[in-house]
Amino acid sequence: MKKNICLGIALVAGCLVLAPQSAVADEVKSLRGNIDIEAPSLPPEVEELIPDQKPIKRDYVKQPPLIPHKIDGYTMNAHYNKCLSCHSWANYKLAGATKISPSHFVDRNGNELANLAPRRYFCTQCHVVQTDAVPLVENTFKPVPALQK
Amino acid sequence: MSDNSKGWWDRLRRPSTRFSVLGLLGIGFVGGLVALSGFLGELHATATESFCISCHEMRDNVYMEYKNTPHFSSKSGVRATCPDCHLARAFVPKVARKAAAVREVIHKVKGTIATREKFGNHRLEMAQRVWAEMKANDSRECRSCHDAKAMDYAKQSRRARLQHIRGDDQGLTCIDCHKGIAHQLPDMQQIDPSAVIGAQQ
Ligand code: HEC
Ligand code: HEC
Ligand code: HEC
Ligand code: HEC
Ligand code: HEC
Repeated sequence: MKKNICLGIALVAGCLVLAPQSAVADEVKSLRGNIDIEAPSLPPEVEELIPDQKPIKRDYVKQPPLIPHKIDGYTMNAHYNKCLSCHSWANYKLAGATKISPSHFVDRNGNELANLAPRRYFCTQCHVVQTDAVPLVENTFKPVPALQK
Repeated sequence: MSDNSKGWWDRLRRPSTRFSVLGLLGIGFVGGLVALSGFLGELHATATESFCISCHEMRDNVYMEYKNTPHFSSKSGVRATCPDCHLARAFVPKVARKAAAVREVIHKVKGTIATREKFGNHRLEMAQRVWAEMKANDSRECRSCHDAKAMDYAKQSRRARLQHIRGDDQGLTCIDCHKGIAHQLPDMQQIDPSAVIGAQQ
């Protein structure tokens, strides 16, 4: 008799614990895909860089524009920033590039500097290159009418 | 007086009676070949990447940096080695460059660039020397692989196409625009102050 009660309690407890969990597991999909936690992730596909193109349309005002060209191997260290060899105000004309905007000369206290502000030195913090990767999640963002064609 | 009493100098000067002219020529020819092949062999042995990186100054600095660049590994697997970019193919400029390398041997002994820090301190000077050399010879070594006449601008990327046309118009050479393609650049404050953090314009 005692055994049966114990078994009953164990069963009920088991159901309580397991049921909601499996329901949740069905709903939530990890970005890793439906892979067992212990199992190794699938190796990511190699994404191709999109070849150099014209500037990419911006989706909102003050968006850091996406980088429309490849940047592999471009140096960005204390001695040199390759991006600026084309995008600085001294060089943009010869390179045929967009010049960095005045916002890039302002430090965090609002002072206008003579050269690029240190907080804007590492361009790829805000500007990113594009690959042919399929977005992991759907995005329904729409630009404001002023920016739509 | 017999011949024997003459000095050794006269003996050396006297034509041989034992060997024919042809024989002597043959000996001279073979001897010359041995010397020449030794010289050429030396020239050849010191014109390889493994020779360049046999000293740690090159291996730990420029070689390690070059390993991350498209001239070391690329989709097509064609590799440009140190001598491809730094040593002329033609004989005369090749020997001239080798003779100039005496300077490098002296600095090797003095340990001028023996550490990463020392290397960094001298990099600008060294890079400027390479740039000047390449500017002067119209980037000859680049062109031994990249023949500008064989370049199809239409197949190039947008930025490359526009800039190569401008380069042709303005008589620029490869190194004017392609600095730092194989190694890290030195501190560029003096070269392009607008591209370095904290530099005064
Ligand atoms: C060899 C010169 C060159 C270098 C180096 C370079 N760019 Fe550019 N970049 C250009 C040119 C030219 C354009 C404009 C493309 C066009 O109009 O065809 C451009 C466009 C851009 C744009 C888009 C601007 C817009 O208005 O939408 C961004 C952002 C950008 N680059 C960021 C960077 C960053 C970040 C780096 C360094 C990692 C970099 N670039 C390095 C030449 C360069
Ligand atoms: C902290 C983020 C941030 C960093 C770092 C940054 N940018 Fe920007 N960038 C922006 C934003 C935001 C904009 C768009 C709004 C504006 O123009 O200020 C922009 C605009 C630009 C534009 C387009 C200017 C125009 O006239 O439309 C260029 C070119 C650019 N950045 C290049 C660079 C380069 C090169 C660097 C590195 C030296 C850099 N940015 C670093 C945020 C950043
Ligand atoms: C031994 C032959 C050789 C020599 C010498 C050589 N290159 Fe290259 N270079 C190549 C090959 C091959 C590639 C293509 C690699 C690939 O498939 O992407 C290449 C690629 C390049 C690229 C494109 C890199 C990229 O990001 O895709 C540039 C720029 C370049 N070379 C410039 C130069 C310059 C400047 C010199 C002279 C200092 C030079 N090359 C000397 C063989 C050479
Ligand atoms: C006026 C400047 C300029 C000159 C001169 C110049 N290049 Fe370029 N080159 C560029 C730019 C800008 C790019 C594209 C940006 C990048 O790849 O970083 C480029 C790209 C390349 C590429 C890659 C092609 C591609 O489709 O991306 C090769 C290879 C190359 N250059 C070789 C050479 C050789 C060899 C010479 C000398 C005969 C030369 N360049 C002279 C500016 C120049
Ligand atoms: C694709 C051509 C290329 C190849 C391959 C190459 N170099 Fe260079 N090297 C250059 C150029 C161009 C410079 C001038 C500085 C610069 O623009 O980075 C240079 C500069 C140097 C310097 C002067 C210091 C410096 O960093 O500027 C040394 C030393 C050097 N190279 C050694 C080597 C050795 C060793 C190898 C082989 C492991 C090698 N290079 C391969 C093109 C090349």
